[in-house]
Amino acid sequence: MKNVLMKGWRPAAVLLLLFIVWELAVMLAEIPAWLLPPPTDIFQEGIAGWGGFHLHLQSTVTLSLLGFAIGTGIGLLTAVLLHLLPFLRESIYPLLILSQNVPIIVLAPLLVVWFGFGILPKLVVITLVCFFPITVAALDGFRQTPRELKHYMLMAGASKGQLFWKLELPYSLPSLFSGLKISATYSVMGAVISEWLGAKAGIGVYMTLASSSFRTDRVFVAIFAIMVLSLLFFGAILLAERLLVKWKTQESVKK
Amino acid sequence: MIQLSLEHLTKSFDSNLVLSNLSFHINEGEFVSILGPSGSGKSTIFNLIGGLLRPDDGTIQLSGEKINGKRGSISYMPQTPSLMPWRTILQNVLLGQELKGKADPETAREMLHIAGLTDYENAYPHELSGGMKQRAAFIRALLSPQPVILLDEPFSALDELTRHDMQKWLLDIWSEHKPTILFVTHNIEEAIYLSDRILILSSKPAKVVEEFKVPFSRPREGELLLEEKFLACKKEIHTALKNQ
Repeated sequence: MKNVLMKGWRPAAVLLLLFIVWELAVMLAEIPAWLLPPPTDIFQEGIAGWGGFHLHLQSTVTLSLLGFAIGTGIGLLTAVLLHLLPFLRESIYPLLILSQNVPIIVLAPLLVVWFGFGILPKLVVITLVCFFPITVAALDGFRQTPRELKHYMLMAGASKGQLFWKLELPYSLPSLFSGLKISATYSVMGAVISEWLGAKAGIGVYMTLASSSFRTDRVFVAIFAIMVLSLLFFGAILLAERLLVKWKTQESVKK
Repeated sequence: MIQLSLEHLTKSFDSNLVLSNLSFHINEGEFVSILGPSGSGKSTIFNLIGGLLRPDDGTIQLSGEKINGKRGSISYMPQTPSLMPWRTILQNVLLGQELKGKADPETAREMLHIAGLTDYENAYPHELSGGMKQRAAFIRALLSPQPVILLDEPFSALDELTRHDMQKWLLDIWSEHKPTILFVTHNIEEAIYLSDRILILSSKPAKVVEEFKVPFSRPREGELLLEEKFLACKKEIHTALKNQ
């Protein structure tokens, strides 16, 4: 904890400085609030509007968590399948990359046409953005298993299953966590984008309403909420990594 | 009693003949070393015994049973310690047993104690020195249920002093447990000091060109390395190797 404070004060100070500059600039140049509200206004709106906002927040959190969980599951499953069945990897891997080239903004309305306004098209959007970093990270981790460890396992008579569970999976964990970190932050973005399509509640909905009524302060509240949420998700993954990949963190501390 | 025998093994990769009619055997409880010029196909021999490769011709027998292409019949200690970085030392030394069935932490603790690694039972490999890692790797091989241990130049990466300590330590452990050992090395002194018999390989294609029975009684002390008869033995083997 002390460590976090020690390392955390510098970016915090920069952020504070940025806010001060922003506040002063808005004040001195007399920019109207609908164009760019000063940080203090945004802060006030965040507190005053909390009653209306927290429901939206809750809805987005639930959606992102659910989407992230599904995305992670599918991402891992894809990675394991592609790793264990090389012919599948050769034929499907390029298509996976293509799947990431379809702009979500274009795909999302189509998904609504196909699946309606329920939760399903939203989960599909989040899953689509989440699974890819995890699949790529896990596949890389599996494949980078050191040859000498693999050689030992084979000489000692490890079966294919043992090779995976006792060597490739634990070895790929650090790499997998890199993927999880990216996906965790993407999941919030995915959730907000999917909410734009049409939903009853959510930061995306709140944002659309705010911007169409020129409540720029609320737009910024939404932006900051998304940032904080992404940070929290990221932090949770970081914590899980600390607990699960103890050996790696110790190793890097030593170096 | 013959424990491991290789009969008329031939192996080639594409048109490159690596082993040609290679035969030798190891008796139960015997310590045999293989010496050969580098690139003489020693690792191919190990991969064949380990079942990673199949010979083109010939048979490998373990306790009278044919093990061509059958993985996991022997216990193995590689050149690098190859400990899993996410396992503690205790978990690491149990890995060989785990792969073949049930792990027995009690015996493992005892072995670690004898090896002077008790304090490191719950440490991760990166916290250990090179020599300690190799000791852990050897204990892992020793604890594995297979009757024969293959050692692939296990001390080549260690410094001279550590290597000598490790050799003494290996001899102590070996004389207590008497596992059957096949040891590959570049180092003539090491081979003489440790083994009952030394097999000398020719360069490609490899076959056993000469066999030395090491004439020194056991237990062997470190001073042996400096004695006249030891040097004579070393000279003899050196000449035999040079003629390859």
